[in-house]
Amino acid sequence: MSNPVTVEKYRNNFLREVEANVEEGDWVKRCMQCGVCSGSCPLGPHWEHPPQELFMMIRAGKRDEVLGSSSMWMCTSCYNCIARCPRELPITHIMHGLAHYAKRLGLSPKNQQTKKFAQKFWDNLSKKGRVNELKLGLSLYFMNGFMEGVKMSLKMQKVGLGMLKTKRMSPFEMLGGHGCKDSKGLQAILNKAREIEEAKISKFQG
Amino acid sequence: MAKHNYSFYPGCSSQKGASSSNQLRSTQTICEELDIQLNEIPDWNCCSASIGYAGGGQLPRLALSARNIALSEQAHPDQDIVATCAACWLATREANDRLNENSTLMAETNKALKEGSLTFKGNKKIRHMVEVLIEDIGYEGIKKPIKKPLEGIKIAGYVGCQTNRPFGINGESFENPVYLDKLIATLGAEPVEDYDKKVSCCGGALMFSEPEKSQALVKDIIESAYDGGAEMIVTPCPVCQMNVEVYQEQINKKYGTKFNIPSVYYSTLMSVAYGRSAKDAALDGQVIRAIKLEEIAAK
Ligand code: SF4
Ligand code: SF4
Repeated sequence: MSNPVTVEKYRNNFLREVEANVEEGDWVKRCMQCGVCSGSCPLGPHWEHPPQELFMMIRAGKRDEVLGSSSMWMCTSCYNCIARCPRELPITHIMHGLAHYAKRLGLSPKNQQTKKFAQKFWDNLSKKGRVNELKLGLSLYFMNGFMEGVKMSLKMQKVGLGMLKTKRMSPFEMLGGHGCKDSKGLQAILNKAREIEEAKISKFQG
Repeated sequence: MAKHNYSFYPGCSSQKGASSSNQLRSTQTICEELDIQLNEIPDWNCCSASIGYAGGGQLPRLALSARNIALSEQAHPDQDIVATCAACWLATREANDRLNENSTLMAETNKALKEGSLTFKGNKKIRHMVEVLIEDIGYEGIKKPIKKPLEGIKIAGYVGCQTNRPFGINGESFENPVYLDKLIATLGAEPVEDYDKKVSCCGGALMFSEPEKSQALVKDIIESAYDGGAEMIVTPCPVCQMNVEVYQEQINKKYGTKFNIPSVYYSTLMSVAYGRSAKDAALDGQVIRAIKLEEIAAK
């Protein structure tokens, strides 16, 4: 048995780490475990640990289980939980924050589909400042390998044709498409923001 | 100069050849009728929706929205920012609030913005187009340009998530907002009463990464519209519109259903009621055609 003092320290450490490094993480300790949020998730049955449980696990110091979980990647950003939480926790943002932090540390599940999509979305937008839906869509279908991509594209062919016919998708997007004029300026802003955030996170020593 | 002027944030999906370009077209139509001018924020960027978080940390994502607001402050200093996309509105308003509430984040964001020679002040209101319609124009004002009331059409008003939570429209409840029903009635159509999936989630961006789970949600949203006798679904949100419209065939295949229900924007409905052409109403943007609206537009 480990001695209770170290256990206590370990516990506090993960909560403190979340408070310091996760978006809106300082709210976690205010959760009163009522379970309303967990009952509000549209994909609830698919969460390994619903939000209430994640908050409990953070307080119990279960670092690997929390950060390695696919749970927070199941958040659809529906804001049901925020609207209903009696303690007004910004649960949606904490879910995004946990997901981002797990990804940053390389602890998130390898083949998590939403993780891959969310990363592709970010890469797509940060290049030119605006999302190119066609390139995003294609890279999405092919993100699990070539054969999977071909299968997915065939499955989605009708949806794509419908969008094409109604001019809600344009093949010309492949040639470049939309973007910000000052994408250089935008990238400089994003780089600086990343730099400031990274400096803060590496400062946390537990 | 138009009577109502706003600094407009159109968002990525509204661009030419993108998934909600039809929303932009019909929005422009109703703005003409209501004497509203939308002045596009110069060189706006993506808001990162609610999905950019895998790659983008909190500060880079805040900086994205702060850049848009800063550009609007420069170009249209006296105008509220208005967005038609729920995710754009939400991300921008959240960033505005959070930066105003947190001086550290405000300072850090401005340090980043300086790299692009911009400053965020944060004294603008960030509003949804629906707020403009209800608060600045009002139901009476919305009624005025009507030439062809949408009589005899029963419509399910699907509000969805992000136009409704966490901010919503002033004076409306989260669990049962009624503005869309009121709008439907104002246009002469009949809203489905007690539409119980009115504020349910369509899966949002997870339609791409978790298609089966999200399509199960959409199935319930459509089923409940049919149960209420709806011939059509109307929504304010580009994600809802698309998710509810374009996967019906796949859902039919999987569940043996026979869904074929049009899902339209409120701006399309309004354009038709205002007597505008099918093109101005962006009816040609429907993957599932809204035949009844086409008939009225052709009359
Ligand atoms: S609803 Fe709020 S207080 Fe209740 S368990 Fe969820 S986060 Fe905690
Ligand atoms: S916002 Fe996310 S965590 Fe909250 S209820 Fe919706 S899916 Fe669940």
